[in-house]
This record gives sequence, structure tokens and C-alpha cells, in this order.
Amino acid sequence: MSRIRLLVGTKKGAFILTADGKRKQWTVDGPHFGGWELYHLKGSPADPNRIYASQTSSWFGQVIQRSDDGGKTWNPPGTKPEDLMGEDGMPKGESNMFCYDASTETGKPLTTHQHYDGSQRPWEFKRVWHLEPSLADPDTVYAGVEDAAIFKSTDGGKTWKELAGLRSAKGQLWQPGAGGMCLHTILLNTGQPDRMFVAISAAGSFRSDDAGQTWRPANKGLQSKYELPDPDADVGHCVHCITMHPSRPNTLFMQKHWDVLRSDNGGESWQEISGNLPSNFGFPIAVHAHEPNTVYVVPIKSDSEHYPPEGKLRVCRSKVGGNDWEALTKGLPQQDCYVNILRDAMAVDQLDPCGIYFGTTGGQVYGSSDSGNSWAPIVRDLPSVLSVEVQTLP
Amino acid sequence: MIRVVLPQHLRTLARVSGKITLELAGPVTVDSVLDALEARYPMLRGTIRDHTTKRRRPFIRFFACEQDVSHEPTDTPLPTAVASGAEPLLIVGAMAGG
Repeated sequence: MSRIRLLVGTKKGAFILTADGKRKQWTVDGPHFGGWELYHLKGSPADPNRIYASQTSSWFGQVIQRSDDGGKTWNPPGTKPEDLMGEDGMPKGESNMFCYDASTETGKPLTTHQHYDGSQRPWEFKRVWHLEPSLADPDTVYAGVEDAAIFKSTDGGKTWKELAGLRSAKGQLWQPGAGGMCLHTILLNTGQPDRMFVAISAAGSFRSDDAGQTWRPANKGLQSKYELPDPDADVGHCVHCITMHPSRPNTLFMQKHWDVLRSDNGGESWQEISGNLPSNFGFPIAVHAHEPNTVYVVPIKSDSEHYPPEGKLRVCRSKVGGNDWEALTKGLPQQDCYVNILRDAMAVDQLDPCGIYFGTTGGQVYGSSDSGNSWAPIVRDLPSVLSVEVQTLP
Repeated sequence: MIRVVLPQHLRTLARVSGKITLELAGPVTVDSVLDALEARYPMLRGTIRDHTTKRRRPFIRFFACEQDVSHEPTDTPLPTAVASGAEPLLIVGAMAGG
């Protein structure tokens, strides 16, 4: 029978939640890296035992951790097996060097971006928000970082090199969102290995057709009336999350700061699909594993409140690709609920029926094993949840 | 022999308990202590000072003999008591928000 492994990043460590395919009984393992912020953990599709984790701290900076045994043991990449042997054994990897590419060879000197007040500031590395392992090679992994940039490692996370072409896509007009100027979404697709999408808050979505060497904005149709002086500018939009179904790589779904949108032409243009949502503000967006037109969002009241409308925690599902949404409430608190669900904190498994999971800033992780029709808490009292990823294991 | 005390999170990262002892040749300064510390515990590179600029991370402080030496030039000799190993160099995470 298949197994499910949830990788949960929180403000005070990582937790690994496991269950069999029934998804009723869960085991909680953790905290790993207790006391550190674990922004994101993600397993390699090519080798599920290979998991990458972003461990970060305002005090001590960035550390990348890697497990090669499904999360049982962790070491910074670059650690050799012999480093760990003996009484004085210790991990000797130092996988935390994210240096923006300012080399003359690439012609991408370190430039500046907009600060909150519109002035220009140079790029300064702060943390890794998102790790996206390659679909085919366990040793290749991408990192989305703050200040916004994309890095690539081809040696299992030991060393990182910036794909500096992204910052050429009008980087001087990018600016931080409330959480900082972060690259939080990286989309890869098996059928089109050279095509990548990324999303940045607050810059927008960007597309590459040459495996990340060059990029162009993919924001036509986005409207940011209250955030930008030019509401339909090329860049500067606060895109919160984008997603796609692997079988339809030209169809993208987006949760923007305000508005839910879709593109049916690989990001060339977008149309709003907010329809009857109780609020079109929110953070995560996900697609059903087997129904490419079934989409999930979690409405949040506003950018100044960051909690569900009316204190009711609702996952909203559209089975027709947007505009017509139903609120999924069975098993979710429908009064006095004032948590938030962050952009990387919702994910779907590959089982049938599809499972869907999300974590809250209140420390709950909710799961549904019936495509969202009903929900139950898997754990209730973790630290504030930053990210949730799912591995569907044989 | 120099003694160094790390904050808990860095002890966990380096998988050490208690104080660290280091052998240094030459002047004992913040620079030379950190050079020796990072040589022995490479996973600490970047966690106390920047990889490239070698500047102290903003939320890190250095205490020696009950004095805050965080803002001294990093090639300033540390107090004799630290250089002799009688007193440790404390590497501390700033209290802010903790």
C-alpha cells in the first residue's frame, strides 16, 4: 500500500508526518533543527529519500540541510560519510554560500532593486524561501531566495550558482512585499525541460524557455490598482503563488495579493477567475492531482488582516477551473478562527482519491483524504507552519 | 589554548557540547579565533560572519572578560585572559526578539 510523507516547515523546526494510504493514522516525527526557521523542505521526485531543507535564522543566517534516507538523518550537503565517523565526527559541509553573480563573464553586475519607499537598494542575500528539486536528477536542485533570485545546484546542494539572467527582467522595478522580496515559487515540467516559471513577491511571474538562462515577465492581465502606480505594469505585482497540473503545462493558476487568475497560454496572458470567492486575497493555490481543472484556494480577508473572513476557515474549490467556487468547510473551524495559511503551506498527494493538506500559522496541519470534501486535523499544536509538501511513496 | 563558547543553535549545528578549545599560533584576535573555529568546524562558515566580507552578522555579538568587543576592529588583540585560555571568548546571539 502507498504511504504518505508530509514535510512540514515551521518557525521552530521541521516535522515529518507519515501515514499509510488510508491517511487516517499519522505519526509525527520532530522537531528536526528545533528552534530554527524551516522555510521549506522538498523531496526529489527522482529519489524520494533525497530531501532538501532550508534552515534559516535571523541570527545565524542560512543553512541547507539534506537527507538521503527519507528524513531520518540530515547533514549539510558536502559532508562526506567519513566526516561523520569516530568520536570527533561532525558534518563538514558548508552549503550556505549564496553569492549573487556579479561576474564580468555573464555581464550581470550586482544591480539594485526598489526598496519599500521606492529608493534603490543593492541585492542582499537573506534566506532561501523555496527549494525545487529537479524532476529527473536528485543532485540538481533550484533555490528561490530573498532578495529575489534563483540559484541552481548540480552537486546535491553542495555549491550554488545564480541564474543571473532573471534579475535582468526589469529587476530595478522589483520591490519587497510584506514578507520581503522573495522568490517563492519555481515550476518545472517534465515535458518541457527547458521551460521554467518563477514567481516573486513583489515582482510578478517570469518565464524562461532556455532552462533559466534568460527570462521575461509573464504578467499581462494582472491588475494591481492599489499597489502600483501603473496597475497593469509589466513587473512589480505581488504574486503570492502559481501552480500548474503536470499534464497541462500551458495552464497556470495564480493567487495574487488580490485576485485569483489563470493563464491558458503559458503565462502570455492572464484572466481573473475570482468569481464568487468570499475574498480574492490569499496565499496558496493548488491543483487536484487527477483533475487538472480542479483548483483550491484559501480565502483570507485582506492584506491588512491576514485571517479568514468572518473567522471561518474555508478551502474553496472550483471544479471548472475558476469563477465558480464552493466552500469546503466540513471538519474546519467555522467560528473564531483567525489563522493564516502561507503560500507554500498547501499541497496535494497523488493518491486516488486525492489528498490535500495545509498548515496554519496557528500550528495546525489539516488533511483531507477525499479531495477536500471533509477535513481533519493531523496535528494541532505545532509552531507556526511555514510550508507543507507531500511525498506519495510506493 | 583558547576557549570559545558558542550559542546553543551553533553548538547543535556543529554537534558539539560545552566549550570549544582551539590552538592558535600568533596574535589572538577575533579574526584569528574565527579563522581557527571555521577551519575546525566548516559548517559554521557564514553563521557568525559573512562568507565573503567577513563582517560580523548583525545579530551576533562577541563578549570577552565581561566586555562587549563586537565593535572593536577584528584584528585587535583580545584580552590576555582570553589569549591565555583563562577566560573564554563568548559568541552570543543578540537578545533581540529571543
